[in-house]
Order: sequence, then structure tokens, then C-alpha cells
Amino acid sequence: MATTRGNKKKSSEDLYSAPELSKLGLTQEDLLEIYSNMLLIRTLDERIWMMNRQGKAAIVASCQGHEAAQMGAVWALRTAPNAAYYPYYRDLAMVISAGVKPVETLCGFLAKEGEPFSGARQFGNQGAIPDLGLYNFSNVVSTQVTHAVGYALASKITNDQTVTITTFGDGGASQGEVHEGMNFAAIHKLPIIFFCENNKYAISVPISKQMAIEDIAIRGEGYGMPGIAVDGTDPLQVFKVMKEAVDRCLSGEGPTLIEAKVERYMPHTSDDDDTRYRDMSEVEEARKYDPLKLLKEKLMKNGILSEEQDKEFQNEAKKEVNAATEFAEEAPFPEPDDFYEHVYSEE
Amino acid sequence: MAIKSVIEAVHEAMHEEMIRDKNVIIMGEDIGARGGVFLATQGFVEEFGESRVIDTPLAEAAIAGIAIGTAIKGLRPIAEIEFADFIWPAVNQIIGEAARVRYGTKGAVGLPMVIRAPYGGGIRGGLYHSQSVEAYFAHTPGLKVVTPSNPYDTKGLLKSAIRDNDPVVFLEHKKTYRLVRGEVPDGDYTIPIGKADVKRSGTDISFISYGLMVHYCLEAAEMLQEEGYSVEVVDLRTVRPLDAETILESVKKTSKALVVYEDNKALGVGAEVAAIIAEEAFDFLDAPVTRLAGPEVPAMPFAPTLEDEFMVSAEKIVVSAKKLLEY
Repeated sequence: MATTRGNKKKSSEDLYSAPELSKLGLTQEDLLEIYSNMLLIRTLDERIWMMNRQGKAAIVASCQGHEAAQMGAVWALRTAPNAAYYPYYRDLAMVISAGVKPVETLCGFLAKEGEPFSGARQFGNQGAIPDLGLYNFSNVVSTQVTHAVGYALASKITNDQTVTITTFGDGGASQGEVHEGMNFAAIHKLPIIFFCENNKYAISVPISKQMAIEDIAIRGEGYGMPGIAVDGTDPLQVFKVMKEAVDRCLSGEGPTLIEAKVERYMPHTSDDDDTRYRDMSEVEEARKYDPLKLLKEKLMKNGILSEEQDKEFQNEAKKEVNAATEFAEEAPFPEPDDFYEHVYSEE
Repeated sequence: MAIKSVIEAVHEAMHEEMIRDKNVIIMGEDIGARGGVFLATQGFVEEFGESRVIDTPLAEAAIAGIAIGTAIKGLRPIAEIEFADFIWPAVNQIIGEAARVRYGTKGAVGLPMVIRAPYGGGIRGGLYHSQSVEAYFAHTPGLKVVTPSNPYDTKGLLKSAIRDNDPVVFLEHKKTYRLVRGEVPDGDYTIPIGKADVKRSGTDISFISYGLMVHYCLEAAEMLQEEGYSVEVVDLRTVRPLDAETILESVKKTSKALVVYEDNKALGVGAEVAAIIAEEAFDFLDAPVTRLAGPEVPAMPFAPTLEDEFMVSAEKIVVSAKKLLEY
């Protein structure tokens, strides 16, 4: 089976030098923020998984291995006057980076009151927070893609300078609606970015049984939009291509397909057993390219991060996740008093 | 008041709403230069421009999904599915997504959108241009399903649908498009979604129906009148929500109910109407609640003889009604 490791693309260390950073419009402080947030999100993700094993969180799809890709994408989106997100279920880093608080996410995975997407009517991080531009209605794979295209169409009609991103996995890329959405977006040159997080598995089905090509990005050409494959273990490489895509959106040049090559360190969800279909040595090997570890190395090598600061970030992350856990555990489940509400508009 | 056809009423309702609210957009196949296969949008692209009248690729799932996206942003899309028979690729978006968005976001997002589709048979449409699809959508809370029978109702209900803050599946019986004509007032009026209408008042039996079949019910009522029977005809107009009040009021008066619809009989709108009557008006009944509907074959065949075999007609209604009247 052909495997494309996340970091097999050319080295990106030059992006971390001061002049390259400034070309990207980023500062060393941005990098430290990306790193500390990534740490926080990894700590949170591990906690949610643990709480699943404790029987407290019914289900979770882990984001471990995808963090750098999602954060690089969000940081680039932030350069647009307005942003809208149509993520999929593995996008913890994206939703946290877009403004959802860890405590809110934990309330979501524990189905507690205070869950901001759906009032705990849905799985964690699913539903919508319009104030943050976050929309993720469904578990049906890739249905969000045409929603995002419609949203971008409305942005174009109303000329409100919004850039929309929609994400999906390599599995989701097989859905017909991804084709329909990309085709429509290209015809109308819509301000949207199709962001595929390719971790090479659709639950258990390996990429070789999902498609006959190595890079999903090449499909972009078939729709008349740029298609770019990028190392998804490096937030700056992702930021760079995403920033270009955002600029294309804002200048009316239309959509871009970006394929971030990532690794999935955990089973598909907490209900999955990946030892049934995946050689664990493959995961072990992939962990050598853990985006968190790689980013730490790059920051330290460039003198941006010290061991002390790293310790401090780790402590802060643990502290925040502990506090969030405590809050979420003590929060009540929602009362069913409004069970029948919001089926239709109450007007 | 001008006499207009159903399709003219559709055109007029959308035209007036496009002028009234710049957030209303229309999308679908062949709706631009072609003006729609039934000319429902004739002249629209010239008048309102390509950014509000959007010819789409031939991809129904995208039409519905993209309409959802524009509605999230506050536009009021009217998505046209060229024939209801082609709506199946969009079902995931309509039933799976649109119906559940408000509930699944606890009211944070609503979808003010209309999905229009010509449905129904009796026009030599064969298996794939004759289907009735209402029951599939009517099953799902979160959707509204409107099935008008005449031009007046069509205009008023379509305007209500466009102004509604929830997804409305608006089904127009294509045989009524040019066949059924009637008075339509110029200018603005609406008819509330969810209210049935008594199209003919009577005392011996209630025909409960919607769409094209309302006209066959009215014809049958005339024929029965000649034999001395007084028939009430209730036009549901909307199949979700169902107007139980009007149904029950009628049946409590006549004590006999015949539910007439073109869709396949089993597990359809008629089953729901019959159940409502059985649950709420059992003591008033003088005969079994009866359904007269499409036969248990998966679609309407093409040859005229076979199509006639499928279709409910005024004559078939008279036969069924007499069994109840003589019960």
C-alpha cells in the first residue's frame, strides 16, 4: 500500500526564520500562540478520550495528528475580514481556534448544559454557533460541503467579504456532493476553500481502496480551481497555502482545494478498534512526525521557545483542561423542558 | 379578478415576492433563459439578473444543499427541482439536513427556504415523470409540505411558503398547471400554511383530498348530487402540518369519510388522515373510514391504458363513495 507521510514534502524550516515569518505576516508571538493552543488542544483531546474510557463521554472522534493543519488553516482565515467555518467531526483544533472554549467543548462531549452548538442535542462540537461563524449540522459525511458553497454564494451575492472554509477527510472526499459543491463553486468563482484532511483512512478503508490517485489535490484541476497538497503536520506550510487561498477568495478569483496530508493517531472514533485493520507499527512510525513534537523542535531550534516556557505552557494547558473537566463534570444534563421547542420557528 | 392557470399563479407569486424582498433568490435547472420547463420563471433572469436567478448544473443534491447554505446566511432561496421524480438525490439534504437544522442547533439557525417541485401523474409521464412524493417529506417534523389544488390557493400558499422561516416543500401537481384555471386577485394576499379548505359543503359524506384529486372529488360530488347525495369536499392544501380540526369538523358532521389521493395507498397521507379520524371521531362514524388511492405498484406506467388503471378518477370515487353511502 502506498503511504504518503505527512512530512514527506520539502522541509519547511526556512518558514520559521524571522524574515520568512514576516513575509507571511506572522510574528514569533503568533507562533508561540499556535504552539500553546496546540498543546492545549492535544491535552483537551486526550482528556475527552480518557473520559470516554471512563464512561463519561459517549463518543469522540479524536483530532490527534490533525492539529497543525487545522490551526494553520484558521490562522490564515483570520486574515479575512469575515470568516465562516463548515468543519467536520474531527476538527477539534479548528473549532477551538475559531473561538469555542475548552470548557464548552467538554460540556458538549459530556452532553451537559452549557454546550454551545446544540444545547447537547447533538454530539460534541455539532450544531452551530452563528456568532463565531461555525456551522456543523450533521454526522452524514460531507453534507456540509454544499451548505458551505451556498453560504459562499450568499457572500458573493451580498458582497460581505466573507471567506468560507469547509473541511472533510479523505473518506468524505468520495461523496458525490463534494464533487457537486466544488464544481458549483468553481463555476461561480465563490470565496470558499475546500480543505481536505487526508489521514489515509476512511474508518478502516485505506486510501488505496478509496481512490486510484495519490493526491486528492489534483482533482482541483478538473474543476478549474487550484489544487494544492501540503504537509499538514506543519502549521506554517498550511498557513502559507491557505493565506494564498484566502487572498484568491477576497480578490474574486474563486475557490481553492487544499489537501493537508495528516496522520490519524487514534482509531476513527472511540467506538472503533483500529488494531483490526491497521498495523500498529504504522501508527508508531507516524508518531515520529507528530505535529506538536515537530513544532516544538522547530521553535526551539529557531530560539523562539525555551524548555521553561514549554513547561509553563504545558502546566497552563493542564490547568485549564482540569478546570474545564471539573466544571463539565459538575454541570447538569439539560432538562427536557424545551424538548419540543425549535422544531419550527416560534414566530 | 383575472382568470389564471395554476402555473400563472406560481409565476405571479414568485414574481411579486422577488420584487417585494430582495433576499428572495431562485435556483434550479433551466430556470434562467429557458424560463423553467413549465415557464414558472419566464422572464425572471431578464428582470432580476443572474445573481438572483441562478441556472444550476444538473445536480439536485447540490441545488438543495446550496439553497440551505444561502438560507443560513439569511437569503430566502426558492430551489426548483425540475420534476419531483428527480428529487431523490436531494432527499438527504432536505430530510436529513434541512428538516433537522433548527432542532439540531436549538433554534440558533433556521432555514427560510422553499423547495418547489412539480409532481403527480395523468399526463403520460411514465414511471419517472408522474411520481407523488409528498408522504416521504410529510413524515418528517421540521418540514412543511404544501400541496395546493387551484390557482388562488397556489398563489397565496406559495407567498406564505416564501415568507415562512422554515423549509417548505411546495408540491405543484403538474396536471393542474394548465388544466385548472380560476380567479386570482391581482396583488398581495397570503393563505396560511396548515389550514384546510372546504371546497364544497355537504352533509352525507366527506371526501378528504388534496392536489389534482380535489377536482376529481368535486366532479364525483356533482355526479352523486344527481343521485341525491350531499357531499362535502375538504381540500387539505397542506399535508404537513395537517389541519386535523377541519377534517374532524367535517367528519363529525357527515359521519362518513373517504380519503382520496393519487399517491400509493399504504403508509401515505391517507393513512394519517384515517388514523386521526379513528382516534378523534370514532364515536361519530357510521361507516369505516376508507382510502381510495394509487395502487400498490411502485410507479405509474406509461401506456394510456396502464396509466388509467393507476389513476384515481371521478368514476372510481363514485363507486367507492356509494359503498360508504349505502353502508
